[in-house]
Amino acid sequence: MPDFFWTTIWPWIIWTPVLTTIQSLAILVPLLVMIAYIIYADRKIWAAVQLRRGPNVVGPWGLLQSFADMAKFLFKEPIIPSGSNKILFLLAPLITAFVTIAVWAVVPVGAGWPADENSSWVVANLNVGILYVLAISSLEVYGIIIGGWASNSKYPFLSALRSAGQMISYEVSIGFVIVTVLLCVGSLNLTDIVLAQRTGLANWLGIPWLTVLNWFWLPLFPMFIVFFISALAETNRPPFDLPEAESELVAGFMVEYSSSLYMLFMLGEYLAVTFMCAMTTILFLGGWLPPVDVWFLNWIPGVVWFVLKVWGVFFMFAMVKAFVPRYRYDQLMRLGWKIFLPLSLTAVVAVASVLHFFDLAP
Amino acid sequence: MGLADVFFYLFSALTVGSGLMVISARNPVHAVMFLILAFINAAGLFILLGAEFLAMLLVIVYVGAVAVLFLFVVMMLDIDFAELRAGYMKYFPLGALIGFVVLGELVALFGAWNVEKGHRAIPAVPIPDPAKLPNTEAIGRVLYTDYVFYFEAVGIILLTAMIGAIVLTWRQRDVAKRQNVAEQVARTPAMSVEVRKVETGKGI
Repeated sequence: MPDFFWTTIWPWIIWTPVLTTIQSLAILVPLLVMIAYIIYADRKIWAAVQLRRGPNVVGPWGLLQSFADMAKFLFKEPIIPSGSNKILFLLAPLITAFVTIAVWAVVPVGAGWPADENSSWVVANLNVGILYVLAISSLEVYGIIIGGWASNSKYPFLSALRSAGQMISYEVSIGFVIVTVLLCVGSLNLTDIVLAQRTGLANWLGIPWLTVLNWFWLPLFPMFIVFFISALAETNRPPFDLPEAESELVAGFMVEYSSSLYMLFMLGEYLAVTFMCAMTTILFLGGWLPPVDVWFLNWIPGVVWFVLKVWGVFFMFAMVKAFVPRYRYDQLMRLGWKIFLPLSLTAVVAVASVLHFFDLAP
Repeated sequence: MGLADVFFYLFSALTVGSGLMVISARNPVHAVMFLILAFINAAGLFILLGAEFLAMLLVIVYVGAVAVLFLFVVMMLDIDFAELRAGYMKYFPLGALIGFVVLGELVALFGAWNVEKGHRAIPAVPIPDPAKLPNTEAIGRVLYTDYVFYFEAVGIILLTAMIGAIVLTWRQRDVAKRQNVAEQVARTPAMSVEVRKVETGKGI
């Protein structure tokens, strides 16, 4: 019996779940605090572009605004429309929040510790990491469709239909862009994708200390832009926020939602945005790798670089929101299917040909 | 009983249970939701078999695309399900007969399948060790070498189906207003705006 305990019960029933829970909390708690400040930053940047002050009352410089909002959402009364399908109405925000949190399980946030070059800080180091990301993020659309349908109201339903079309369309081009990166890496593992960016164009050019040139954004430059724009569309960020275009659909699929249910949608949306920033960082901006190979920069922990890069990409997301007017729906579909799809498909063929004929394939 | 067995029974019970709910749920949207649950549990079974690539593909293709389209259609169409169910008893004996024939055949087939203990079926291609070769790579190696012509044939069949669907549903209507994006982009202020000096109290 003690043998059975040590070989089966201890490792599989006690130790692994406890370890996984600790790891999950270690990534989730900082992530959720970061989301509070991502929302704050979004509002502040938007306000600064429009010469407003933005949130500045709760806490010093308004730093506690997101927490005050959260408390307000939690203490308000949830209103469920009588004509709605109650189970699905309650399920939709839960799906959105669950899926956007679950996808973080495979995100490698920092270099391996202690000083193991070929590992990373990640909850689940899956061989099929990228496929997991695609699989889980393809579930995100359900939160919106179900929420829109279960509300039993016209605007949410129109919004759900728009959103389903939009998210499926842009998943296609995102998939092809990811394929171009995978061709250069030769693995579906997210950690391997980051590690593959340790060497590259900078070494080839003879300036190995400038590691920023090693990252995939430079050799795959047009795809970096395509990925960034598709990420905006995929997460329903402005200028592609048609599912919740307030001038046409009031607030889209969220019209009937209130209090903590609304908060779960909001949380899911910003988690998805932050995740897309993290994916841009991992695929194109070298993950946790420092931009220049200097001793004091190498000394900074990888997770700091990772978070800084995520914030950098998010700054671009926020600026796009402030600058660019909203697209029309037919323009959005044209961009996705007639421009990005052929472009990314051509890029897959071009990258594969270059890797094959110059014998660069990993 | 190991942990894998517990999860096997959990996933398979949920798959069968949600499969039953797909055909018995009153609301068609609920039926599609149970279909999605069945797909996800089937993906869990694939993971238990060590086929993580197939599991992810099942979720991406069936849950992420096919079931979204099902849901789309079911939500959009205003089907009267009471009317559809009216003919239920009429078709039930035929359906039950076909079901029993298939069940009988399966029982006959697997009942007669005498597998010696410890023996495994001989695969057409040797299965590589999962610890050494991830199964994405293992599938890729046979798919793009030994089976490349079948693979391309499948691609051509799917392309034909896609073109066929577009041709069947495409109709050019003169009343429809279309956007010409090139024309819109090429528009300049000089082409579209005219500034006039209007005197007070007079129109243009």
